[in-house]
Amino acid sequence: MLAFLTRRLLQIIPTIIIVSMLIFGLQQLLPGDPALIMAGEERDPQVLAEIRHQYRLDEPVPVQYVYWIKGVMSGNLGESMRLKASVGALVREKLPVTLQLATMALIIALGIGIPAGIVSAVKKETAWDYAANLFALWGLSTPNFWLGILLIFLFSVTLGWLPASGYVQMSENWKQSLATSIMPAFVLGNALAAVLMRHTRSAMLQAMGADYVRTARAKGLEESRVVLKHALRNAMTPVITLLALDFGTLLSGAVLTEQIFSIPGFGKLIVDSVFNRDYAVVQGVVLVTSSLYIMLNLLADIAYVLVNPRLRG
Amino acid sequence: MLPLRSLLLALALMSAALAGASAQTNLRIGLAEDPDVLDPTLARTYVGRIVFASLCDKLFDIDENLKIVPQLALSHETSADGKTVIIKLRPNVKFHDGEPFDAVAAKYSLDRHLTMKGSFRKPELASVESVDVVDPLTIKLNLKAAFSPLLAQLTDRAGMMVSPKAAEAAGDKFGLHPVCAGPYKFVERVQQDRIVVEKFADYWDKDHVFIDRITYLPIVDSTVRLANLRSGGLDLIERVLATDIKTVREDKKLSLSKAVSLGYVGLTVNLANGPKAENPLAKNPKVREAFELSIDRDAINQVVFNGEFVPGNQWVSPQNPYYQAKFPIPKRDVAKAKALLKEAGVTTPLALDFMVPNGVEFRSVAELAQSMTAEAGFDLKIRLTEFATSLKQSEEGNYQVYLIGWSGRSDPDGNSYSFQVCGQPQNTSHFCDKEVDAAHEEARGKTDPAQRKAAYEKIAARTIDKARGSVVYLYHPQVLVAHTDRLEGYRQMPDGLIRVIGLKLK
Amino acid sequence: MATTATELHEENPWARAWRRLKRRKGAMAALVVVVLLIAIAILAPWVAPYDPTKTSFGAVRKAPTWAHWFGTDEVGRDVLSRVIFGARASLSAGLVSVSIAVGAGVPLGLLAGYAGGWVDAVLSRIVDAMLAIPFLILAIALSAFLGPSLSNAMIAIGVTATPVFVRLTRGQTLGAKVEDYVEAARAVGNPHWRIALRHVLPNIVPPLLVQASLAIAGAIIAEAALSFLGLGQQPPAPSWGSMLNSAQRFIAQAPWMAFWPGFAIFFAVLSFNLLGDGLRDALDPRHK
Repeated sequence: MLAFLTRRLLQIIPTIIIVSMLIFGLQQLLPGDPALIMAGEERDPQVLAEIRHQYRLDEPVPVQYVYWIKGVMSGNLGESMRLKASVGALVREKLPVTLQLATMALIIALGIGIPAGIVSAVKKETAWDYAANLFALWGLSTPNFWLGILLIFLFSVTLGWLPASGYVQMSENWKQSLATSIMPAFVLGNALAAVLMRHTRSAMLQAMGADYVRTARAKGLEESRVVLKHALRNAMTPVITLLALDFGTLLSGAVLTEQIFSIPGFGKLIVDSVFNRDYAVVQGVVLVTSSLYIMLNLLADIAYVLVNPRLRG
Repeated sequence: MLPLRSLLLALALMSAALAGASAQTNLRIGLAEDPDVLDPTLARTYVGRIVFASLCDKLFDIDENLKIVPQLALSHETSADGKTVIIKLRPNVKFHDGEPFDAVAAKYSLDRHLTMKGSFRKPELASVESVDVVDPLTIKLNLKAAFSPLLAQLTDRAGMMVSPKAAEAAGDKFGLHPVCAGPYKFVERVQQDRIVVEKFADYWDKDHVFIDRITYLPIVDSTVRLANLRSGGLDLIERVLATDIKTVREDKKLSLSKAVSLGYVGLTVNLANGPKAENPLAKNPKVREAFELSIDRDAINQVVFNGEFVPGNQWVSPQNPYYQAKFPIPKRDVAKAKALLKEAGVTTPLALDFMVPNGVEFRSVAELAQSMTAEAGFDLKIRLTEFATSLKQSEEGNYQVYLIGWSGRSDPDGNSYSFQVCGQPQNTSHFCDKEVDAAHEEARGKTDPAQRKAAYEKIAARTIDKARGSVVYLYHPQVLVAHTDRLEGYRQMPDGLIRVIGLKLK
Repeated sequence: MATTATELHEENPWARAWRRLKRRKGAMAALVVVVLLIAIAILAPWVAPYDPTKTSFGAVRKAPTWAHWFGTDEVGRDVLSRVIFGARASLSAGLVSVSIAVGAGVPLGLLAGYAGGWVDAVLSRIVDAMLAIPFLILAIALSAFLGPSLSNAMIAIGVTATPVFVRLTRGQTLGAKVEDYVEAARAVGNPHWRIALRHVLPNIVPPLLVQASLAIAGAIIAEAALSFLGLGQQPPAPSWGSMLNSAQRFIAQAPWMAFWPGFAIFFAVLSFNLLGDGLRDALDPRHK
């Protein structure tokens, strides 16, 4: 176990370094001049030169990378050119928003996906099963942004039940907070529910064919008890590890969903910064979210191996 | 960051406690974009100016007719040679931090604009050689040469006054917590989410400030912005789509305010910037005339903007005092366009690289221009380009036709000089005509509007007439602001800014 | 000559898979729809009632009528014709980008899995890193870099989808490497490339096929998302994503503009997902 842990931990370091180089390199490739986009309608050449110098844009790319990495090492993610705010502060500001949205989406996904998965496995090849499958396919096949637009049209414009967009902090007004985040959370959770449902279903089917379930049945235990206590408990392990990964994906930003619902989270911050060529923000935020993702990945792996020692290999 | 945070929290709590006594009024404004840094010296976006309208007063302001009126200044006097401007300042004005506004503070603010690293005001105030304090309430601007648009510059960010004490302490971080002398003071900002300001108790004109708090919320999607206004989540939204006007008018709880904007949208033709300019459209004015004749500006206005915008063919709108009535909008004439192309010996279809910054309305305009010009024999190849990229590519001359707008300035110089004079930064087409340059300098040196207009007529004759210049102007947007009926006293100014003095929320 | 995997089973596994697939009604229906969609895309000029780029200023945003079954759009073009022509962009985006991902991912995965050692380590870390960066961010950055066009969007999506195929192929190769028939092939002295291509590859095709059909579904959505952001198909040529983009601001006045392209995406993606599911079941050797 220790050897496995050490190896996995050591693997993380090159991965994060490659991530940092990828995001840095990728946006250097982006066409457009950050100073020019920052200047907007004002484009006096002298002022532009000053900005380029101030943000070291006039230095060679590898040198810029070294400066950035040095900063990151000492805990400084840099400063947003556009907003003159520190990237670290931006990350701290957005993290709770994305966290709340991801958590709500996850709750919705769990609430729909797991029961649907159980029902479709238990009632295999009945109308229930088909209905659950159909739902899962629907969730997988609906483009996020389209669903978002339709929901806004229905619940905000036509019915007027929910605010169309925006975000209110939990601490400020929890009712408002829930009202503003329910639609985007549903849009995100819906797709995830579909994935969960499928995994739950196949894990349950496998578990229910296993010996211990047959034994339990043979002992004359009630079917509901067999399903919930024996099969479900065993089926949940792979589902939970998958969940960790999906949560990681949610954290790294629901790009389009946040855009449509004007949610000020990571996803919106990244996209706006890409379009504004606010390099420091893109680099910093993607580095943070990618690292979170990699950590969750690691935790999931460890959990999986703890349950399934055979896989250590 | 942390102490500031807790301070803000304490402030918020205090104001919440006060709210218990009497209901606070809070005006929620939906913005079309997230503003950039809130430092008048470093700011450069249009949307940022909307927020400054409540935070930072300027030396001068404009009225509905674009006349310059005093704000933090009381009066101004330009010397006969136009090289000195004496400005008297309003007495008893305080900044948000309690510091007095006087000639020293005014000089400090202007010097900051002129000298700070990365200042975008520097080019706007380029004509200013130095600023002198004459007495505690009088400053004198010494100019390098007469420059009539200067006062117009002082009605915008270049005329915004900042508290010297706060600015000195914060340096280039001033924008995180701006301290000015406007009717509202800064409370907090959550990036991409909101900017909150509250009534400034010591404002010089406090008797006309009625709303306690204003919250600016950036909501990029216009549909969502309108949906929020209709559902009561917002009280006022800017940049309503022309196609949504009907919806606003049908809603009994909403009102619409509008004004023809100072800006324009047009097709910039690359005349001489790089190898892409080697084409008949750039080289032969006849082909450009044919190009303009093939476009139906009215139809574009009808189809994309429900007829709500103002078709135009100059850098100022037909309503503007500087519009040259001698050069009216040419009517669409496909037959003549075809004849001109034939005369020019162009083999049709003439394929052209058409760069279009990405955006829904721009895309429709581009598609219409494409289908209209196709009838005359042009083949515009639309290339949707992300805005950031399009700026760079326009600079490099990587386009043949470029659909681009300008948000507009109150002085006609701000809509033309940088685009038409040789070597100016906005002149990406590399249009260059010595007579046009001379006429521009003439217009800058004169203060009499009639004389300036005469100078501009010479320019129009060499640019607008028969599409000789680099831009085929298409239309002038309407500034469209929709708000709830509970809001009283709203008046739209042509600069698109949301002025908050005199507003009441029932 | 070594025995290949196929000879180890009594029935040709492809024939068996086809037999199984035929029994699954959903998958067969999906297959029919996919074939139909491809046919429509190819035959678009003959199927579509109008020129999809023909504007008509007199008939802007008109609700569906007998003349225009799906209504008209913001510059008076026929929505039905645009949906039909849009199938070309979406389907080719799905097929081409997944071909790119498979074409790049499978050889790399084979290499990593078969060679092991530092080659595997380097490739795996790069794959991990790419997977850690949000898919859409990677795709947006790539297509912004390449310049907005449909083909560049396909490349961007293809490159972004590659790591999944590398990882899958690598895992499958690791599994197949220790199988008897591969050991046997190695024992008789076959060269490595031959073992990888002749013995390992055919046995990992089924899971790849399943992944590919699901990836096509994902790629269609990704193309729509990029076009929605203006980074895909260039106007006036239609794509379902760009149609949704322009429809968004007319959602209240002209809902048909948003409904049909959205529904088309849903329908196409659903079909590929169903097909992928059917293939998964049909190709799964554990299934009876």
